[in-house]
Amino acid sequence: MNPKRKKKLVLLSSMVAAVAVAVGLVLFALSENINLFYTPTQIAQGEAPVGQRIRAGGMVVEGSIKRAPDSLDVEFAVTDYEHEVVVKYSGILPDLFREGQGIVTMGSMNADGQFEASEVLAKHDENYMPPEVEAALKASGKTAYGESGAPAQ
Amino acid sequence: MWKTFVAWFHRMGSPKWFYEITGRWIPWFAAAAVLLITVGTTWGLAFAPADYQQGNSFRIIYIHVPAAILAQSIFFAMAIAGGIGLIWKMKVADMVAKSCAPIGATMTFIALFTGAVWGKPTWGAWWVWDARLTSMLILLFLYFGVIALQSAFDSKQSAARASAILSLVGVVNIPIIKYSVDWWNTLHQPATFKLTEKPAMPPEMWMPLLVMVIGFYCFFAVVLMMRTRNEILEREKRTQWVQGLLSEKG
Repeated sequence: MNPKRKKKLVLLSSMVAAVAVAVGLVLFALSENINLFYTPTQIAQGEAPVGQRIRAGGMVVEGSIKRAPDSLDVEFAVTDYEHEVVVKYSGILPDLFREGQGIVTMGSMNADGQFEASEVLAKHDENYMPPEVEAALKASGKTAYGESGAPAQ
Repeated sequence: MWKTFVAWFHRMGSPKWFYEITGRWIPWFAAAAVLLITVGTTWGLAFAPADYQQGNSFRIIYIHVPAAILAQSIFFAMAIAGGIGLIWKMKVADMVAKSCAPIGATMTFIALFTGAVWGKPTWGAWWVWDARLTSMLILLFLYFGVIALQSAFDSKQSAARASAILSLVGVVNIPIIKYSVDWWNTLHQPATFKLTEKPAMPPEMWMPLLVMVIGFYCFFAVVLMMRTRNEILEREKRTQWVQGLLSEKG
């Protein structure tokens, strides 16, 4: 490689490296704001602002869903396997919403420490399988791919 | 080994040679693309089993994932070609980089569009400003920037230089897209396929997907070669060999 090209190569590589470092620092500084939602632990530790519109995310606790018999009001708990937050919502839930499912919800914390949601989105995990496999796994008492209840990131 | 590579690299730099060799490659890649995409689509849409949670709507994965993989690979290819053009002043590399941009932008758009269509029934929202979706949208804008820079200059050389620099800077976004789902809380799920682990999907689901991904790569190769050949004819139209080609074809 002739010296002129070598110089150019070094120049270009250092430019790309410099931009990477700059972007990395910006993302690091903003990392809290890039997170789509707060986890129940973050809420319990008071990291989430009270009264402001925020998003909370986690897994729906098994057996925690309480539906009102005469309206669309629903109440359920969301967990990251360390802390739980009770979510109140009124409206139609997405198809994938079920117990043990990851969700992300938009709303705000009220004075009683409950989350009043205005929107509920279902988060699905990276595992895919045919229904028969899922039924067989359930019958043998195992969870998908040997992971048992890993908290949703 | 290295010597043959260098010799090949320099020969690829000759527009005439590039034009001739790709003319021979295109039919093969085109046949492979048609075959793989036909097989992959039929297999994925009709024969692969439905998902236990999402049912049939998960089948959009067979378009969404290949398009998203290609969108990132093409950007990477464009940056490498642009870098080669900057350092070695190779005209063919500039033309390859220029030809990559619209194909990559299309793939990014397909990935975003199919993602939105998939997100509505599964998540309950067309669009969410999470890190994965936003970084993918930035990729689309980077492609638009490269396309705009390509046509913003009268001189082909300045256009190639400016867009190569933007592609090289934009490459920083590729690992951000890849790792966004691991670094931050996102609505988009983490990767199903990892290099170090078994895929979180049974073979009867991922095999058609693999066929589709390879098919998409072949399709990209065909379109890239065709666009670059067009670009070569356009820029070399005054040379003897293109004139000869023209008189031959009548």
